[in-house]
Amino acid sequence: MRLKLRKLLDRALTTCGYLAIGGMALFLLWVLVPVFTKGFGAYVFRGTVEHRRMMVGEFGRGDLDRLRAELAEVLRVRETVYQAVAAFERELDAMPAARRKALKPAFREVREGVSVLLGPEPGAPMPALTRRLYGQTRWEKAREKADDILFEETWVYSDAGSRRVLVPRAPQFEGTALAPVFTSLERDLAAMLRPRITVYPRFLTDRSIDAHFFGGIGPEVLGTLYLSLGALLVAVPLGIVAAVYFQEYAKEGPRVAFLRSCVNTLAGVPSVVFGLFGLAFFINTLHVSPGKSVLAGALTLALLVLPTVIRASEEAIAAVPRAYKEGAMALGAGRFRTVATVILPAALPGILTGIVISMGRAAGETAPIIFTAAVSVGQMVKPSEVLSQPTPALSWNLYNLCTEHEAVDELRHVQFGMAATLVLIVLALNLAAILLRARIARRLKG
Amino acid sequence: MNEETKREGVHLEARGFSVFYGAHEAVCKVDLSVPCGLVTAIIGPSGCGKSTFLRAINRMNDLIPGCRAAGELLFDGQNVYGSEVDAAVLRRRVGMVSQKPNPFPKSIYDNVAYGPRLHGRCARGELDAIVEESLVSAALWDEVKDRLHMNALGLSGGQAQRLCLARALAVKPEILLMDEPTSALDPKATARIEELIVQLRGRYTIAIVTHNMQQAARVSDRTAFFYEGNLVEFDATETLFTRPREKRTEDYITGRFG
Repeated sequence: MRLKLRKLLDRALTTCGYLAIGGMALFLLWVLVPVFTKGFGAYVFRGTVEHRRMMVGEFGRGDLDRLRAELAEVLRVRETVYQAVAAFERELDAMPAARRKALKPAFREVREGVSVLLGPEPGAPMPALTRRLYGQTRWEKAREKADDILFEETWVYSDAGSRRVLVPRAPQFEGTALAPVFTSLERDLAAMLRPRITVYPRFLTDRSIDAHFFGGIGPEVLGTLYLSLGALLVAVPLGIVAAVYFQEYAKEGPRVAFLRSCVNTLAGVPSVVFGLFGLAFFINTLHVSPGKSVLAGALTLALLVLPTVIRASEEAIAAVPRAYKEGAMALGAGRFRTVATVILPAALPGILTGIVISMGRAAGETAPIIFTAAVSVGQMVKPSEVLSQPTPALSWNLYNLCTEHEAVDELRHVQFGMAATLVLIVLALNLAAILLRARIARRLKG
Repeated sequence: MNEETKREGVHLEARGFSVFYGAHEAVCKVDLSVPCGLVTAIIGPSGCGKSTFLRAINRMNDLIPGCRAAGELLFDGQNVYGSEVDAAVLRRRVGMVSQKPNPFPKSIYDNVAYGPRLHGRCARGELDAIVEESLVSAALWDEVKDRLHMNALGLSGGQAQRLCLARALAVKPEILLMDEPTSALDPKATARIEELIVQLRGRYTIAIVTHNMQQAARVSDRTAFFYEGNLVEFDATETLFTRPREKRTEDYITGRFG
């Protein structure tokens, strides 16, 4: 009976464990799969001729002659639309006032929609904003914008709630000069924009144009690398020295216990507090830079990850067999030489793991850099400017782009692209750490 | 002083030497002279303080918190626990082989070269010569000469222990301490180590702690019997094993306790 109960308990516990792990994995998939599939869309998508025009115009990339030929063909198809718009504008002036008043707002929307979809009409004055210089560069966006022209969005309110209804505009303009716009948009949209599968790996490194309407996330990626590497540059030496002190030099006692609890407390402080501390201490008190800067951000992040580095290194050092230490001591090595030549090399795999976990953390943290390093829009920061210039960074700009950008809905692909890139960078770092660790461990084991 | 002790052939001398772990006296006022160039075995039951005494000679006990020594322990006439003695310098002159083989997770070459490098003999040619000489002395050269740059953790237990011996010899110590060097080895590997001890006799002063009384009888010239922290009897090995003066020694070597 008791044996049966014990077996049952065993099985129940195992099942619970599997359920917990499986649930976690499912949840992770549920979050990551959309992030990756949608983020992938930032790198591979159906690009229109407007994308190719933008590439030539803004980045000087692409085949100019082919683009010219393509544009000529596209313009021929678009001509119908432009002519219809111009003709209707004249027709509108001749209309009776009541009808003109009825049609004018809708016509304005159509005209605006055409310029958003296809870019400015040839011969029109150049718009001031870069985003208005080109039509829709992505096919799925172009289809949406075309629908905005073809349909009018209205809301129907009833007791059951409100409902969105798309009403076709074509009947409204039946028999006018504008009618061909709707037929040709429905029929020839592909010919007007020529979507083509486009691979855009330089999304990762390109600067962004007009607040992420075009181009890539280069400045953010670079900023994230600066900040996380900078943080490690400070935190790793300090952390290892501290860990060596705790493990090899310090005599256990109230003082060391106090220091240890300080480190543990530091690990539990909310990251936004680190951010405020960084602002108050590094920028306002020490004046390491005139304002936000990569340096101030890296220092703040270094403080944030320091406890992780210390604890991981301590554990790694504690796991080094005492026999190694005694062997080195017996050969006449002093404490420092023992640490440098035997203990640290043997502890390296564990220390590395801690370092990479910290790097992932530093790359993903947002709150500490808001006050110390991050800007919403910025250019690539040159290595010579890291001491004084603020930088965009993936974590902060992802948040910013999703919440504070003026055109949040227009930039879904950039948001997902950033999220996927950030996750991939952290994953790649972890993978690198695992491989490096395995290699060193193999070398140590012989 | 130095010359005088050398002439008498005493390399290491304990005078009323004690070691304490906190309040517990693990080695009690021991008087013992380890003769120069001979093999001295230290035997006794577990916990009798023989390892503690051995580890006191190169001050490895310093690593243990709460451990302190009293009395005099003279090495070449100089007190090992004198305030002016640098433990690291002392340990260069006192080689040690521990109970379990403890090669570093480095290559065989780097293991042997560790000591010489530490003490600033880094010229490539000189280092190569020291490594070869030490490995030959430890009877390991023929087995590993083709794979000097292989990781030392890949060696068998016996080979690893001989590597540790070579590592200790590479520093050119004056005295070799062995703390149950064969307790983790099989009989064949044990025999090789014992052969080595016999070969090294005369070139080095050797102090060996062992549980194995046959081993003590085979390899040593002098034997000391420790019991509960006290040195019970110290004599020529043959005398101690055939005509012990003390009843406790006799009981121990005949296997009545311990």
